[in-house]
Amino acid sequence: MPSLGADMDAGTLLEWHVKPGDTVKRGDVVALVDTDKAAIDVEIFQGGVIEQLLVAEGDRVPVGTVLATVHSPAETTPPPVASPEPPRAPAPRPVVAAPAPPHETKPPTVEPAPPARQARPVSPVVRRLAHQLGVDLQAIHGTGRSGAITRADVEGAAVATASTPPAARPARPTEAPPPPPAEAAVPARARPTPTRASPAARRRAQELRVDLAGLHGSGPDGAVTLADVDRATQTPRPQAAAPTQPPTTERPTAPAAATGSAAERHLAMRQAIAALMARSKREIPHYYLATHIDLQRTLRWLQEENSARSVADRLLPAALLLKAVALAIHEVPEMNGFMEADQFTPSHAVHLGVAISLRQGGLIAPAIHDADRLSLGELMHALRDLVTRARAGRLRGSEMSDPTITVTNLGEQGVESVFGVIYPPQVALVGFGKITEQPWAADGMVGARPIVTATLAADHRISDGHRGGLFLAAIDQLLQEPEAL
Amino acid sequence: MTSPAASPSQPEQLAEATPQHNVQLLREMLRIRRFEERCVELYSATKIRGFLHLYIGEEAVAVGAMQALDPTDAMVTTYREHGHALARGMPASSIMAEMYGKVEGCSRGHGGSMHLFDVATRFYGGNAIVGGGLPLAVGLALADKLQGRSRVTACFFGEGAVAEGEFHESMNLAALWRLPVLFLCENNLYAMGTALARSESETDLTLKAASYELPAWPVDGMDVLAVQAAVRRAATLVRGGGGPCFVELRTYRFRAHSMYDPELYRTKDEVETWKRRDPIATFSARLIEKNALDSDGLARIEAEIGAEIDQAVAFAEAGTPEPVGELTRNVYREATP
Amino acid sequence: MSGPTTGERPATGTRIQLTYREALREALREALQRDRRVFLMGEDVGRYGGCFGVSKGLLEEFGPERIRDTPLSESAFVGAGIGAALGGMRPIVEIMTVNFSLLALDQIINNAATILHMSGGQFSVPLVIRMTTGAGRQLAAQHSHSLEGWYAHIPGIKVLAPATLEDARGMLWTALEDPNPVLLFEHGALYNLRGELATDAGPVDITGAAVRRPGSDVTLITYGGSLAKTLEAADALSAHGVQAEVIDLRTLRPLDEATILASVARTHRAVVVDEGWRSGSLAAEVSARIMEGAFWELDAPVARVCSAEVPIPYAKHLEDAALPQVAGIFDAARGVVTRGG
Repeated sequence: MPSLGADMDAGTLLEWHVKPGDTVKRGDVVALVDTDKAAIDVEIFQGGVIEQLLVAEGDRVPVGTVLATVHSPAETTPPPVASPEPPRAPAPRPVVAAPAPPHETKPPTVEPAPPARQARPVSPVVRRLAHQLGVDLQAIHGTGRSGAITRADVEGAAVATASTPPAARPARPTEAPPPPPAEAAVPARARPTPTRASPAARRRAQELRVDLAGLHGSGPDGAVTLADVDRATQTPRPQAAAPTQPPTTERPTAPAAATGSAAERHLAMRQAIAALMARSKREIPHYYLATHIDLQRTLRWLQEENSARSVADRLLPAALLLKAVALAIHEVPEMNGFMEADQFTPSHAVHLGVAISLRQGGLIAPAIHDADRLSLGELMHALRDLVTRARAGRLRGSEMSDPTITVTNLGEQGVESVFGVIYPPQVALVGFGKITEQPWAADGMVGARPIVTATLAADHRISDGHRGGLFLAAIDQLLQEPEAL
Repeated sequence: MTSPAASPSQPEQLAEATPQHNVQLLREMLRIRRFEERCVELYSATKIRGFLHLYIGEEAVAVGAMQALDPTDAMVTTYREHGHALARGMPASSIMAEMYGKVEGCSRGHGGSMHLFDVATRFYGGNAIVGGGLPLAVGLALADKLQGRSRVTACFFGEGAVAEGEFHESMNLAALWRLPVLFLCENNLYAMGTALARSESETDLTLKAASYELPAWPVDGMDVLAVQAAVRRAATLVRGGGGPCFVELRTYRFRAHSMYDPELYRTKDEVETWKRRDPIATFSARLIEKNALDSDGLARIEAEIGAEIDQAVAFAEAGTPEPVGELTRNVYREATP
Repeated sequence: MSGPTTGERPATGTRIQLTYREALREALREALQRDRRVFLMGEDVGRYGGCFGVSKGLLEEFGPERIRDTPLSESAFVGAGIGAALGGMRPIVEIMTVNFSLLALDQIINNAATILHMSGGQFSVPLVIRMTTGAGRQLAAQHSHSLEGWYAHIPGIKVLAPATLEDARGMLWTALEDPNPVLLFEHGALYNLRGELATDAGPVDITGAAVRRPGSDVTLITYGGSLAKTLEAADALSAHGVQAEVIDLRTLRPLDEATILASVARTHRAVVVDEGWRSGSLAAEVSARIMEGAFWELDAPVARVCSAEVPIPYAKHLEDAALPQVAGIFDAARGVVTRGG
């Protein structure tokens, strides 16, 4: 069967124009062939006598198939008509028959191991499910296309192996450290979902031998990021150099002086913070309050306000929240001041401490001085400036020692509400979570509104829930009139 | 459609030709014919793949036109180029190896039947886009003019190209800038399956060329001596700095457009009528009649051609495929320091 | 800026004020003076002085043989450029804008890009094609394309995007010396860009990307007309405590992967800014390369800031909304930084 076109793989012999015994010469048309596009006359390229017709009329054969044999008068052995080699059939996929020995503990419902590992496709989703359910993919027979392992296969195997003692299951190949023996009694289904982590974070965790599973993820959908891993590794271990108990009147100092390496300074700072937090929890009787604030008016106003500003001068919601807190102090002044030697001294000035997370881990809360007297633009500028200098390690001593109340805003990290620890000798800490769209009832109707959860942690020696509630209410009211901030 | 009977035979053609030269012309045409016939066989046997556009019936055009060109002139042709390549002097073995996809082919197996290139003979393809070679020819001619060289760029194309915008742009630009392009239009009446009359409102191609101020005339493309004379006249004009020229070579292909198609667009009668004007059969008959050649001589020529083609096929068969590791070499040329 | 053609120049080391347009003109002049094989052809490059004024004065200086006005025949004069390059010249073909280059696509893609490989290495095409590109001047859909990414898809050609005066001045000569077809894209908004250049500024390389602004928090990758916006966004980011590193790709084919990957390895975050449409864009290619070469470094997905998927509209506010802007780049970068921790 000749090739009669670039896209022809096979042809149908429609008609023979010769029969055995006919003499033909080169160029004679001997047959009519259908190529699926058209019927074409086929010529013969050599002369001789037709010996045998090998393909019948109506047969469809691949290009290269011998159609007939011709006996050339000059030769004793008849050469075939279409002498080209038959087309090479596509090499069959190698099937490596290597059935693994059946698992000793495997129940009869699970079938024996399938052919070579490389040949079987497993989709990422199925792989993840298998990991979740603690199922060994190698031990499963795939019922999908080309032996692919399907969800059903995995789920079926999980049911079957649920009763299997864990010792029979091979180690699961993950980056996280192997589960402690205590988990052996836990059924396969209870294994936790594999942690979402950025590639960079995953590698860092591996380097530092940190278990990703235990980390809080601040990335999208709770993904663990580099910063999260760094934060975790900076948490000082109990065996670390024990900080001396600072006297009750001690105020937080600026990070350790610029002697020694950055790492040493960093460690010193972490230790100082740790000491402070411990003391706070030990000495201050905290009480906690929370409220949800509707920010629809606030954010609408902000959007309009920002459209008139250049990109560099745009206000962030944080500026409004801070200003509201600063102004609310005027209504409930016992939130603002210092507790020293069991004596509370309210502060006339409002120096707002702003909790800032550092790239290398650690939280620092320097002050924006006189926050209640700054315009929103000035406040925004001061905040940006503070953040930049805090992260560059260039804060002033007064900024560290002067905050009269602190605000912590973990909203951007994805946290919805935060109950903080008061920084002694302050007496209150305001927290703001993430601004999220929530259902909200107003004027008898339910709609979606941007809501932020504001929390207060306050010193019960100075104020009580009633006063705390008034403070939060004041913050709410101030935020409802953003143009007055 | 042109009437096949109109083919003036001018006295000066036979007068200037010597018998030896004419036998050489016949040999060249026969060489192309036998080469193409062998290609049919090899394609059927899947040795040659892709598209194969045969020159059978049109041999007089390439052979006659080549007599007008110098070795330093440039040639731009189409995908129906085996005849031009052979007539130009590219080795049959190199062409065959190219169609076999071997590295010994003139384009290292990168181009196949439609893209033959040869630096030594200034053969710039082999262009598979209808009309795509015309601007290239204009540029080659521009380079010659700017560098003060009196070379001709011979640009072969089919009548189908006349419908493409690039034809008109190129005619205009060549004429506007008086560039030494020799536009040689091989009118075989069918662009694949579309007859000229079905595609052009004005089927007189020389009129189209003339509208761009090019000297233009038609010639019987089945008569090798007529072609030789016409193209020589045009080439002399072009080489002398007279600007571009257009020659319409009226010819016919005896086989399908590419390898096989059922040729539903023309009648078997029409094909037979043109076959009676087969350039090789008619010319060899004339030469034998004039005693420039006898049947022994013809047989010798056939035998020599047969041997040359056998050798070309053997060369191609024995050739090597380019190593796949070389795949991305020659995508860019390295700058010479 | 025009000095005498004998090449008298002020002392080396002095700097002059000039525009991007003038830098291009100087590059053309230098090329025409240095190599007799160089000539310029295109629509209105001679008597009109160039649609964007780039070749103003060159016809008077070099004559009509070397500064050739062509008819409106993109396919023919681009193909002629290819043929002339094959024939030993060093042509510079000017296609008025990338929008009109579509008429010459057959010549560029089927001839210029293929001839070297298709001929088994026998014939190379040392051709330079210059085109104006980009949107932002309310010229509507047919005159506002950014197709550099499309051309960067084709093996066999090289694609450059000069975004600075140095590059406008220096890329042309290097491109002319390259034996391959080189496409040079000049963003229309850059012609009036004013700056300083050393009087002896000369050829620059056409192989590497450039870090225009170092930074540690996020890598912003861009080219051509979007460089200025990206730098502006980087400034705004800095005021918010985010230090952005800005990379100017300079050459779109071949891409300088090494510079991109080294930067992302330091910052762990990337935003690609590309005036082409997002789908199948050059930004998509850069993003894929980062994923392939720096996956383990990434702390957040790569973000893209591209034109909206719409034929570029005429009305100013709509055109502005369709194209990448400083605010959008700023937001994308902040998003990649904050959400990534």
